[in-house]
Amino acid sequence: MYPLWEGDKTAGWRVDKHVTGKESVKLFEITTEKLSVDDVVARLANPAIGAVIVFVGVVRGNTEGREVRFLEYEAYPEMAEETLRQIGQEICARWKTIQEVAIVHRVGRLQVGEVSVVIALSAAHRPEVFDAVHYAIDRLKEIVPIWKKELWVNGAEWRSER
Amino acid sequence: MKVRVRFFAAPREALGRGEIEQELPTGSTVGELMDLLTEEYPVLRSYASFINIAVNRKYATPEIELHEGDEVACVPPVGGG
Repeated sequence: MYPLWEGDKTAGWRVDKHVTGKESVKLFEITTEKLSVDDVVARLANPAIGAVIVFVGVVRGNTEGREVRFLEYEAYPEMAEETLRQIGQEICARWKTIQEVAIVHRVGRLQVGEVSVVIALSAAHRPEVFDAVHYAIDRLKEIVPIWKKELWVNGAEWRSER
Repeated sequence: MKVRVRFFAAPREALGRGEIEQELPTGSTVGELMDLLTEEYPVLRSYASFINIAVNRKYATPEIELHEGDEVACVPPVGGG
C-alpha cells in the first residue's frame, strides 16, 4: 500500500483540509459494501502526512454473556454522512495537527468478526492523533444516526450505549 | 401543509413503515407534529419520551417551526460503531 498516494485518482494533492465537498474521494460514507481498511486509509493520500491512525470497529460475538448470531445496522444515510462530516470538521478545528479525516460505516447484515466502521485520521506528526481518534468514535456513538440490532439465538434487541 | 416523516430502527418496526406524509396546520412546530403523530399512531407513544427529532437532517428542538415539504426524522437513541 506504500507509497500512500500511489494510484491517487485526484487531479492534485488536497492541500486545504477545509475545502470539503470538492474531493473526488468520499471521506464520509455509509455503505452496504464490505469495508477495507486499506481503501479508507488511501482516501487520505497526501504527501504532507507523516502519520495515520486507524480505528477499526469489529462485530463482537457476544454481549453480556449472550451469543450474537449477527448484527443488523440501519442508518439514516443522508444525515449520517452529514454528521460524520461534522465530526471531521470538529476534529480539524480542535486539533490543528490533524490533516484529514475519513470515516466509513457499513450498514446491513454483518457477521461476527466483520468490520463495521473504519475511522482514519492523518497528521503531519503523531502528537494528538490518539486523542482525536478517541474523540471521533465517542462522537460517532453520540450523534450519528446509525442503529444496531443484535440478533441472538433466542431474541433480538436494538442496542444503544446512550 | 405537508411534511415527510421518516422512521428508523425500533419505532420503524413498531409502526410497520419507514415513512409517512403528514398533513398539519401551517406554522406547526416540531412539538405539535409529535403530539399529532402519537395521537394518530398510538404505537409511537412508548418511544416519544426518548426520541430526538431531526428536521432537514439537523437535530431540532420542539419549538422549531416546520415548513411545507420539510423532511422530519424520528431518531431513537443511536448505536453506531
